Formats: sequence, structure tokens, C-alpha cells
Amino acid sequence: MPMTGFAIEIENLTKEYPFGFLHLKKKTSLEGLNMQVETGEVFGFIGPNGAGKSTTIKLLMGLIFPTAGTARILGKPISDVEMHKDIGYLPEQPYFYDYLTAAEVLDYFARFHDLTAADRKERVERMLKKVGLETARKIQLRKYSKGMLQRVGLAQAILHDPKLVILDEPMSGLDPVGRREVRDIILELKREGKTVMFSTHILSDAETLCDRVGVIVGGKLQGVGAPGQLVDMKTQGMEILFALTRASNAPLLAKATKTGDYYRLQVGEGELYAAIEQLRGAGARILSVTQVKASLEEFFMNLVEADRAQASAVEVSGR
Amino acid sequence: MKRVGIVALNTFREAVRDRVLYNLVFFALLMMLAAVVVGQISIGIEESVIVSLGLSAISVIGLLISVFIGVALVSKEMEKRTLYALLAKPVRRWEFLLGKFGGLLLTLAVNTAAMAAGLFLVMLYVKHSLQPSDAVVLVAVYFIWLKLALIVALALLFSCYTTPLLALLFTSGLYIVGLYVRELRDLPAQVMNPAMTAFTKWLSYLLPNFENFNVMAMAAHGRAVPGTLILQNTLYAVIYCAIVLTGAAAVFSRKNLK
Repeated sequence: MPMTGFAIEIENLTKEYPFGFLHLKKKTSLEGLNMQVETGEVFGFIGPNGAGKSTTIKLLMGLIFPTAGTARILGKPISDVEMHKDIGYLPEQPYFYDYLTAAEVLDYFARFHDLTAADRKERVERMLKKVGLETARKIQLRKYSKGMLQRVGLAQAILHDPKLVILDEPMSGLDPVGRREVRDIILELKREGKTVMFSTHILSDAETLCDRVGVIVGGKLQGVGAPGQLVDMKTQGMEILFALTRASNAPLLAKATKTGDYYRLQVGEGELYAAIEQLRGAGARILSVTQVKASLEEFFMNLVEADRAQASAVEVSGR
Repeated sequence: MKRVGIVALNTFREAVRDRVLYNLVFFALLMMLAAVVVGQISIGIEESVIVSLGLSAISVIGLLISVFIGVALVSKEMEKRTLYALLAKPVRRWEFLLGKFGGLLLTLAVNTAAMAAGLFLVMLYVKHSLQPSDAVVLVAVYFIWLKLALIVALALLFSCYTTPLLALLFTSGLYIVGLYVRELRDLPAQVMNPAMTAFTKWLSYLLPNFENFNVMAMAAHGRAVPGTLILQNTLYAVIYCAIVLTGAAAVFSRKNLK
């Protein structure tokens, strides 16, 4: 295998779906995607519903075929089935053979990898323990909740010790405890030197877990980089949190937002000390002063808004 | 082939857990009832009535399983998306397809063999002994199984590129047409113009010929089936299944999953 620094290399990947009468019209789900995932990193693929995240992942896994473009995983073309020995994949909202138990379904999937019977058994037990399904191991999957199926999905994705793990919405359907456990598993995989790519629309997960993120909106990649690089990390202002000890009608108070007993006031960096002086003069008790930075969420929302505006502009001009 | 075997065994396990083999209870009850009734009303022809009834029941039950489960073999996996995690493993699509086919064939083999054993028990009950000539019933059962294999292959092919309902209709339709292939081939020349006659003749060779697999009358009367027919039917089924499955694999290998 030619060693590259990339676990995933995507070049001009495009997917169009025909629709309408005689399939003459085409809807573009993914448009000329160029992206790389570096070996050993945790890469977050973020975007709103229908942005093209799952389409990209399905293309990589060979579940659908590209209209144009190519991709390589661990140095091999995605059409090479043998490359799947080194990949773990969790589909979005996974569903498995419901007539099998969790232990049986894991054993079934493990059989496709060259593992001895003893090794298979040991790995299945270890995985069930890891995803917290030891006690439910003998229950048929038809009786499993959505969250439990998600755990089975995660277990089957990492069962064979893959070099690359691709997770499509791994936190979906999980309660806070489950989400925490998935986060821990992703971090553990990173510690073990694995490459992890996961899609999500929960931005806090991406911010806390990922070395880099790729933001996709409307089938187009809008940016790739470390979560901190993507957004403008310059301080946008200062937020003062305060409470009033007496009634006052200082002009600055009109600009503050009241939440319960507390007030929040956002001011420019240069105006901070003057504002504090004014507030103290008005009988305010200053509780905290924090820097205001643009979050990944704001960056994301700006892109989504821009995409929507562009889509409606196209619609209007098309009329 | 190891991967084909893994998928096949799981398909068999699915059939067992989904209680497909429960049809055997129905078959057993039918044969018990037949044994009692035949013993009272028919004089001298008990054996042929029992054999005809038994083989018909084996054929009909097998047909229902092969058409309905055959059509759902792949479409259910696509619909429920159980296929996603599987195809992410080192499995080629044709290996999956062949495994599903093999699994249902194994299910049908077990089911048909169990019903054949039941039929022999009833024959023993009615006749009080079995003769070497009764082996023809085994040949008839084998032919039924070959016929079912062809039907499963056709069901798989249709389910790869159309909806389950249409696949069901196409498979059933083709089975019915396949029962009258000889009539189609031997249509009198004066019925249609020469071009149409040539077309129907050509078509009759293309369509699956299910007539050749029916040796029920021979089995009912204890007449031996020629060895050449056994060989011919076996080869026909193997080659026809191979062609149909190759077509199914070609379609399925390029199919975009939902």
C-alpha cells in the first residue's frame, strides 16, 4: 500500500440523482467535493440535514456510486472491497437483523474478517462490554431501543480493530450518558492511533472532539480546518454580567438584556472600563466579564443562511 | 466462497427463526388427513392418490416459499438497510447475492426433504411396505427442488431492479408461462404468420421450461424416470440459474442503495 499522509482522499466527488418523469431532471446531492482526512486525526463532517454528509459517506463505503470524481481510502480506490478489512462503518440510524441477538450479530460480522473462533468470541465479549450491552447480549435485536441499536452499530464498526472508523451521526438517538460514552470511545480510538471521521450536526461534539472539521452545506464543502481556525477567533467584544443593588435609569442599562435577576451587557473591548465605571455608578454589582468570540455554531449558521438566501435568489430569478 | 457460505447460513437461520419451517406442520396435518381419507374411499389406487397429493403439496408449499421469500431476499435488506453494515465488510455484492440464494436453497432443501420424509411415512402407512420402485418419488422431489431453485433465481433477478410487488408478479407470471413452453413451441404454423411463429419458437427456448420438471404422473404410477432426464434437468437448472444469477449480480453490483 502506498503510504500517504491521508487516510481518505476525495477528488471532485459528485453525486447527482435523476428524478421526474423519465428521470430527465437531476438533483445534485454532492458537488465536486475535494477533501482529505489525515491519518490519525479525528475529523468531523458537519452540516445541516440534507447537506450531503451521508451521501459522501455512502459514496466512500461503496453503497452508492459517484456521478463523477474519485476517492481513495488508506491508499486504495473505494471500489476495492479488500480495503474494507481496515475500515469500520456505522451507518446512520443503523438497523440489523432483528432475529439475532447482539452477540450473534457481532459474531456474524466478525466472520467476514480473518479471525479465529476464539478471537471472535473474545472480541465480541469485549465489544459488548465496551458499549454497555453485556446484560442485553442474549436479547433479540427486535426488542432493542434505538439507542441500543446505535451501540450495536458502534460495536460492529470497531470489532475488527480497523485503522479507519467512519461514523455517520454516531450520537443520534443516544441519551446524554450514551453520547458521553461514544465521545469516550472516539477519543480512545484516537489514542490508539486510529483515524476517525464522523458526521454530525451537533456542533458542540465536533468542537470538543475534532482535530479538524469540514463544513458542508447544500452539497458543497464550505470550509475545512481546525474548529478554532474556521471561525474568526478575534474577540468580538466583552460581555459584562451584573446585578443591580438599587433602581437606576442609567442610559447604559437600556442596552442590557435582563435574565432573571441578572443583566448582560455587550460592549467593545475599548469601552469596557468606561462601561464598568458607569454601571458601578448606577449601583451595579459586577459578577463577571467574559470575552465574546464567534462560535462554530455562528459560523455554521452564517453559511446555512447564505445558502438559503442563494437558493431563494436562484428560485426567484428562475421565475 | 467462505463469505458466500456465511451469508447463506445466516439466511437459513433467518428462515428458521422467522418460522418458515412451520409450514411442515400444515403438510403433516394434510398428509395425516389424506392417509385416513384415502384408506377409506379409494380401492387399489391409494398409493397413486397419496403420491400425487403429497408431491403437489410439496410443490405448492415450495412455490409459495420460493416466490415470496425469494422476492424479499434482497429487497428486504435494502428496505430495512441491514445491508449497509454488511456491505461495509469485505464482501462483494455478488457474494452477498449468491449467499442469499444459497441460504434459501438450503432452506428449501431442508423443507422439501422433511416433507418427502413425511410422504414416505404416509406411503408406508398406506402400503405397509416400501419397494425399490418408490425411489421415483425421490426423483420427483429432487425435480421440484430444482424447479424451486430456478424460481428463486428469477425472483432474485426481478427484485434487483424493480419493486417487490412487481417482482412477485413477474416471477409468478414467468412460472405460469414456463408451464406451457412446449405448447408455445409447437404452435401450429397456420395460427400465426411465419415471423410470429419463429418468434414464439425462439421465445420458448428463452423462457424457463418448468414442464420438464414435472414427473408427478410417472411417480404416481411407479414408473422409473430415465437417468438422462435427471442429468438433463440438473444441467438445465444449473446453467439457467447461473445465467439468471449473473444477470442479477450485474444489476445489483451497480445499484445505488437508498
